Amino acid sequence: MSDTYTLYNSTVMDHFMNPRNMGDLKDADGVGEVGAAACGDIMKISLKIREGRIEDARFKTFGCGSAIASSSMATELIKGRTIEEAMSFSNQEVVNALGGLPPVKIHCSVLAEEALKAALEDYVKRHPEAVAKPESVPA
Amino acid sequence: MRTVYLDHQSATPLLPEAFEAMRPYFTEYYGNASSLHQHGLRVREALKKARQQQAALVGAESDEEIFFTSDGTESANLAVKGVAYANERKGKHLVVSATEHPSVMNSVEFLEKQGWTCTRVPVNAEGFIQLDALRKAITPQTVLVAVHHVNHDIGSIQPIHDVGAVCAAAGIPLYVDCEASAGWLPIDVRAMGASLVSFSPHRFYGPKGVGVLYRHRRARLVSILHGGVQEGGRRAGTENIPAIVGAGVAAEVAARELSSRSAHVARLQTRLWDGLLAKVPFIKLNGPLPGPGRAPNNINISTEFIEGEGQLLLCDLHGIAVASGSSCVSKSLKISHVLAAIGLDHALAQGNLILTLGKDNTEADVDYVVETFAKIVGKLRGMSPMWDEFERGVIDSVIAPRGVGRSFSEHAAAVSGKPAH
Repeated sequence: MSDTYTLYNSTVMDHFMNPRNMGDLKDADGVGEVGAAACGDIMKISLKIREGRIEDARFKTFGCGSAIASSSMATELIKGRTIEEAMSFSNQEVVNALGGLPPVKIHCSVLAEEALKAALEDYVKRHPEAVAKPESVPA
Repeated sequence: MRTVYLDHQSATPLLPEAFEAMRPYFTEYYGNASSLHQHGLRVREALKKARQQQAALVGAESDEEIFFTSDGTESANLAVKGVAYANERKGKHLVVSATEHPSVMNSVEFLEKQGWTCTRVPVNAEGFIQLDALRKAITPQTVLVAVHHVNHDIGSIQPIHDVGAVCAAAGIPLYVDCEASAGWLPIDVRAMGASLVSFSPHRFYGPKGVGVLYRHRRARLVSILHGGVQEGGRRAGTENIPAIVGAGVAAEVAARELSSRSAHVARLQTRLWDGLLAKVPFIKLNGPLPGPGRAPNNINISTEFIEGEGQLLLCDLHGIAVASGSSCVSKSLKISHVLAAIGLDHALAQGNLILTLGKDNTEADVDYVVETFAKIVGKLRGMSPMWDEFERGVIDSVIAPRGVGRSFSEHAAAVSGKPAH
């Protein structure tokens, strides 16, 4: 057999085999760890935030190939985004960037979104001033 | 790259002699066994010989007790539903072990929706059925007891003769699923006291597309496939003659080589488990220790702090073919019901891997697997937040607790907001 068959597409396999941004961040500004009640996977995302922007991101994942690839891709996508932009991050971006996931694995990308949002919440908790908006003036 | 196939529970390569025997039945002897002319009568002879070969493998009294189906799933459906329907007026209660194959479990669930009731008899931590519970489960309404010979996931060999004695004393037919044992362990359907026994030749170097169901001549069984009167009217449908012929050859060779094949895989099984235990910390064998309580070809492990699908994928990328009972591998996102039934911690069930040996595996294969697997575990643990949290004392090990940190399950429930199922 000369062909190699893969369970996932080549982008997903690449992110599984060569994950980007794997690890922890020393002195992270926000850390989020979430678990999927459905399957038992656990994902952790750490963020370094400078001047309202995600400067660096790292992940660690206890989960299947698609969970590892989803967290790898999510950290790639969010680097450089502002907190506000990151707050509206959607799992669909991960699915699209990965070129699609099997239907039963979509929840892996949701877990990546949740881990990111948990990390942002952690940051906001530590730095409430970061999202404090100037008082709006009634028209 | 070395390739090591360790999924013989799923499929085995076809024996060349079985393939050769099958060949003319595709192109030359293509007749239908129901036909009354030369073409039909010829394959009828082949069918009879194939029945005798299967009967000999499992100690059936007569080849007339052997029925061919399409595979193990169909055999299990026929055994469970066929006996239930045949005895409907006698009672509508079934008894099964909690760790039957899904083809048995889901057949039972189907009947439950139609008004049958079923008692699932628990197994202990090693996967052995509890005989006292089995005795208590049987009621005057019980029409069938189903207990497998060897567990498909964890290799436990059930005390099937004791189960047979319980059923004989109660006068209840016993169906024994021998899918994971036929060809690897001696089977004597009469000594088991079984009314029905199923097995699949593709587990012992025969072709796919054929299953075997032994039925004791006095066991009542009605057909669940309706059509012609093939297989004594109990399984309508044109016989898959080439596969049946190949399966016959595989059964004959399996009967002849059974003890040498078993001894060979048993040696490798011990080498594999000893090697893994020495090289991989925080690993657990699920099911009984290698020895008289465990099928000689099965190793089922849980590697702590990492998940099973990732292990499976990385093994595959290193040429090693294995299976897993992790929830991530199943399409239902549920862990194997066998692992749940033996009370395995959810975290350990997530890190599950199933390795089944075959006659062509070698010691060098096993050594390669042990060495490669140790590296794979290291890589995945490096990526796992659980490993890091264990090292920092946030969570504790289930396999070798240090008394520091909360359990994985408590931790998982805390971070997911819900307990893992």
